[in-house]
Parts: sequence; C-alpha cells; structure tokens
Amino acid sequence: MPKITLSYPDNREPAAFTQGELGWLPWLEPFLVEELTETHWAGLVDASRAKSPYFLLLARDPDVLQARTKTDKDIFYNTSSGLPRAERELAATATSRANGCIFCASVHSRFATQYSKRKDDVQRLLDEGVGTDIDRRWNALIAASVALTNTPIAFDHRQVEALRAAGLDDLEIVDVINGAAFFNWANRLMLSLGEPTPPAKARAVG
Amino acid sequence: MSSIIPDVIDHLAGIRPGSSLDRLRDQRPQARENAQKSYLALFQPEFPGDVTALERYAVATFVAGLHRQPHLVDFYAADLQTLGSSEISAALQAEIARGSVEGPYGRYPLGPLTIEKVEGPEYRVSAEHKDRLGPRLTAVLEHAHLLVFHPRDASPAALQKLLDAGWTTTDIVTLSQLVSFLSFQIRVVAGLRAVAGASAAAPIDAEFTQILTGVLASGTV
Repeated sequence: MPKITLSYPDNREPAAFTQGELGWLPWLEPFLVEELTETHWAGLVDASRAKSPYFLLLARDPDVLQARTKTDKDIFYNTSSGLPRAERELAATATSRANGCIFCASVHSRFATQYSKRKDDVQRLLDEGVGTDIDRRWNALIAASVALTNTPIAFDHRQVEALRAAGLDDLEIVDVINGAAFFNWANRLMLSLGEPTPPAKARAVG
Repeated sequence: MSSIIPDVIDHLAGIRPGSSLDRLRDQRPQARENAQKSYLALFQPEFPGDVTALERYAVATFVAGLHRQPHLVDFYAADLQTLGSSEISAALQAEIARGSVEGPYGRYPLGPLTIEKVEGPEYRVSAEHKDRLGPRLTAVLEHAHLLVFHPRDASPAALQKLLDAGWTTTDIVTLSQLVSFLSFQIRVVAGLRAVAGASAAAPIDAEFTQILTGVLASGTV
C-alpha cells in the first residue's frame, strides 16, 4: 500500500461555484474494484457506485459507508411527506456553499434546479453566497442551514420560528435539520479526501 | 454505558418514546436507524482495524468539545474514562480550550472566491501534550480540528501527515468518517433540541401577539 498521497499537478481546480458537472480525484488510493468482497459491495449499496473513486475510497470502511448511504437516501429521497425534494437540495446546497465544498454544491444545486425549476435563484445562491436575498421561504431555509453549519452551532429557537413563519411545519423543519446536518458530514469527506476537476468538456486531454 | 442505549440521538436530544419529536423522527425510519448504525459502526465496530476504541473516543471527545456541546462531551468522555485514560482526558480538556475557535473559515482556489477567504488558525497540539498523547493521536487531533473548522483548507499534505504518523489509508477513511459523522450527529441533536425548545414557546407567543394586537386595535389601553 502506498505511503504517499496521490496528487494531480495538472488539474485546474474549479475556482467558482457552478451547476456544471464536475469530476473528483482522490488523494488516497481507492479500493480496487477487482478486490471488492461481498461486504464491500453491501457497503456501496448501489453497484453503480463502484464506478466512483469517492465511493471506492469510502468502501475501505464498508460498514460505515453502508449506514451513511442509507441515512443519506432516506433524508433526501423519502418525500412521501415533509419538505419537497427541491428544498432539501437547497439546504444541501446552502450548507455546501457555507462550508466551501464546490463539488457538493455543484451536484446539489443541479438537483435543486431540477426539482424547483428555479435555476436563476439557485445560481444566485452560488454566485452571491448565503447572504443573498431570494424570497422569505428560501431565505429562511438558507439561513437555518447556515446557522446549523456554523461552529459553534448558531441554530436555535429563532431559526425554528423563522421557518415556521415561512410556512414550514415541524416535520419539514426536521427535514431541513437532517439535510443541512447530513451535508456537514458529506462536505467534510468530499473536501478532505480529494479535489474537484473542471467540467468534462473543459478538462485537458491526457 | 452507551452500548445499552438503543438510539443515541434520541438519548442526547432528550427525545422520549411517544413524544412529538419521536413521531417526527419515525417519518424517516431509515435515516433514524442508519444514523444509529453509523454510530455503532464507528464506536463498536465489528472489525476495528488499527483504530483503537481509546483513539475513537478521544477524537469524539475532542470534536464534541470543539463544538461546545457539554452533554456530548460528557457522553463521549464517559466512555474514554472507562478505558482508563484520565491523563488523556485531562490533555484533551486543555486542547479543547486551546483549539476552540469559530468556523467555517478557510481559503479558496485563486479566482472570484479569493475575496471570500476567512482567516483562522492552523491548530497544533501543544508541545507539552504532544508527548502525552503520542504522535498518532496528535496527528489525528490536528486533522480533526481542520475538518471541524476549516475543511476547505484540506490538502494531500494534511493527509500525508496522518500517513507519516503511522495511520494507514483505511484508518484515515475511518477517522475521516468519524469526525464527519460527529459533525452530523452533533447538529441533528442541536437541531432537534431547538425544535423541542421552540415547541412550547411559539404558539403562545403568536397567540399573545394576536391578543395584544387586538387589545391595541380596540383602543382600550
């Protein structure tokens, strides 16, 4: 096993938040696909994730990866009740914008746009940052996500009351908390184990 | 102690069976169950690899401390104490005080975001505690501080320090998951506590405001 990290001197890291499709390069050797055991496949949850160097790296601790992935899926995809998917993705985007995860923000801003059909508003969050003024409901969602993201945590009854005033019920507020809290998990892994690459069409050949 | 707690987030957030928050959490049963499974996979792993229980609880105590969440510090420090590490506990307490700043901060790649750079310290364990904690724990506490407060400053060089201190690639994945999971768990607990705290107050305030507005409009004061 190599005792040195991987590095990419030719990679030009994206320097701005974008809704474009970025790539990601690991700084540590991912697990080799051909050596994946049943436990690792279970950890990946979806076999298609074996194509991703990020998930193959996390597959080195498969039990944690499996529990993490299932937590993620229920928080974002279980939309039979509670907050609309678009606004869960907005919480993920606002959290990623505050922490500075350009890769996570790119993925989840695309989802926020796809489900809300409000590409320009989503782009304003990326361009202007978490202090942008969109509308009462989105402002409250962004502010709550940011308050929960700060260390020490600044989220208290004031954010809960602002979310209620913006029309959210308590199940929807729990969805905001889960979504923003989960991206404090995801951002830290994505930021600290590798680096983003420019959109495919802008990437240098070789 | 923590091994008999069925749901650590409920325990830490003070959620009782049958309460409204208990019912709300039940609407996301997979998230609830797997947050607990994540906790178990990190703190009572079936295959612990080369990351000891003591190292896991020491990092958790430090991360909870950096978040200034006393009941979470107590929770993880209790397990650390049962492993018989009062010396490490004392060192951690001092390092938490030294390392407690405000985040997120950090820099961006050169470009339009350069002006959004927020200054903050590069935390290093004190020389005195370095000896007591040893090189492995020292390296991981320094990395945990980076992840908690300024994850966008992460780099291959930061991971290299962990490799140089003797951690394997797989250990580093586990430790990164541990700190990142705690960043999630601590926020879920704080968020749920805030909802519980606001539950009683909000309707009363709204009602009071309405009554007051009514009284003012009626001109009787």
